[in-house]
Amino acid sequence: MATRPHLLVHHKGDNVGVVVVEGLTAGTEMLAVCTEDDSDFRITAKADIPIGHKVALTALRAGETVIKYGEDIGKMVGDAETGGHVHTHNLKTKRW
Amino acid sequence: MALDFTNATVRAWRRENGRVGVRNHVLILPVDDISNAACEAVANNVKGTMAIPHAYGRLQFGEDLELHFRTIIGTGANPNVAAVVVIGIEPEWTRTVVEGIARTGKPVEGFWIEQNGDFETIRRASWKAKEFVHWASELQKEDVPLTDLWVSTKCGESDTTTGLSSCPTVGNMYDKLLPHGLYGVFGETSEITGAEHICVKRAASPEAAEKFMKTWQAYQDEVIEPFKTSDLSDSQPTKGNILGGLTTIEEKALGNLEKIGRSSSYIDVLEPAEAPAKGPGLYFMDTSSAAAECVTLMAAAGYVIHTFPTGQGNVVGNPIVPVIKISGNPRTLRTMSEHIDVDVTGVLTREMTIEQAGDALIEMIRRTANGRFTAAEALGHREFSMTKLYRSA
Repeated sequence: MATRPHLLVHHKGDNVGVVVVEGLTAGTEMLAVCTEDDSDFRITAKADIPIGHKVALTALRAGETVIKYGEDIGKMVGDAETGGHVHTHNLKTKRW
Repeated sequence: MALDFTNATVRAWRRENGRVGVRNHVLILPVDDISNAACEAVANNVKGTMAIPHAYGRLQFGEDLELHFRTIIGTGANPNVAAVVVIGIEPEWTRTVVEGIARTGKPVEGFWIEQNGDFETIRRASWKAKEFVHWASELQKEDVPLTDLWVSTKCGESDTTTGLSSCPTVGNMYDKLLPHGLYGVFGETSEITGAEHICVKRAASPEAAEKFMKTWQAYQDEVIEPFKTSDLSDSQPTKGNILGGLTTIEEKALGNLEKIGRSSSYIDVLEPAEAPAKGPGLYFMDTSSAAAECVTLMAAAGYVIHTFPTGQGNVVGNPIVPVIKISGNPRTLRTMSEHIDVDVTGVLTREMTIEQAGDALIEMIRRTANGRFTAAEALGHREFSMTKLYRSA
């Protein structure tokens, strides 16, 4: 059995991935897999991040567009470092 | 190697109008809220029947009344229903419902309470219900093609795992079965917001695309704009969605749309509870994204099995349509597995492909059609929620 990933990324161009394991703690060297082509890479978690929540794959600064599914899902309203938590505290829709 | 479902059959009931039903309910159906008590009394008297109490049906008018009738008549007309006893407060609207259901050719009889009272209505309706139960309980199942089924979808308590696993599982099922004659439907107008530019491209014709954009825009103009508070009124994404890791409506919408697969396209856009009329294939229905309301509308349009991806664990069921729950969230499987019919957590651990997950769902559709109770049926989830367009007179 292949090693289970900690993080899944939809598309190659995405700048966030999704935690798919419970109890992820800061400092974990995560195995990340891109579901588009099954490629993998390693990235270190910078916070305790709950299952289902997003992780920044590169440093994201306020104002930058967040890409998931290869699509624009909103803009950063705060910063996140590589491996940091991306959620309602630093990401918002551009619509309203 | 993907399984071949082209010639798969199920044991189900072929109804008078040719449609296939996978359940054999005898319904005691109230036309209006004040007839609920009589319906429940009849269902208590006669075993093997089911009352569907609901909150509306008085002083409605215009489009809202049309939707009420379409929902009640469509519920009675659904092929999962063998026969119907209709009870209303007065004869006119009761007759409207009876005549609508009778067009399917199935046995239906109406009773009204004014000038009879609850006691006399219940007495007469109970005799008819008992006659229907004896008749329905002897109807035999036959072998019918799996692809004669009408299968709807709507996801609920979504999170980021639904977009990764359970929604594409439904999409894979549709990609495999729709080309062979299945009827499908997806909806959730509010929840397409953020991916409407992608959804419009999945229309099978310019007419369907135009109808979709008109429906979506009408929702923005008539509902969101006049009633919004901050964004989608703190409602989309829901609190459950946010706990599950979804942040924006765009992210939620993109995950939602995974339910229509890679190659499927919708041939028409339906009004709420409107039956599809352009032949086999996928349809979009203008619905709320609230689980019970949406499943109720799709059941009223004639769909007989519902596929329901969930992340955080929505527990919804329907009185007449088996609701199959699919989840890929390991925490949900650990904490509330009694609600889940198809476990696709293997997609997240990379031990199961979407192709295999789609096959597992088709197998569960087959077993459900053959009679397996879904988790929602076993747990007694019979949520029936009417969609109301505006205040009654």
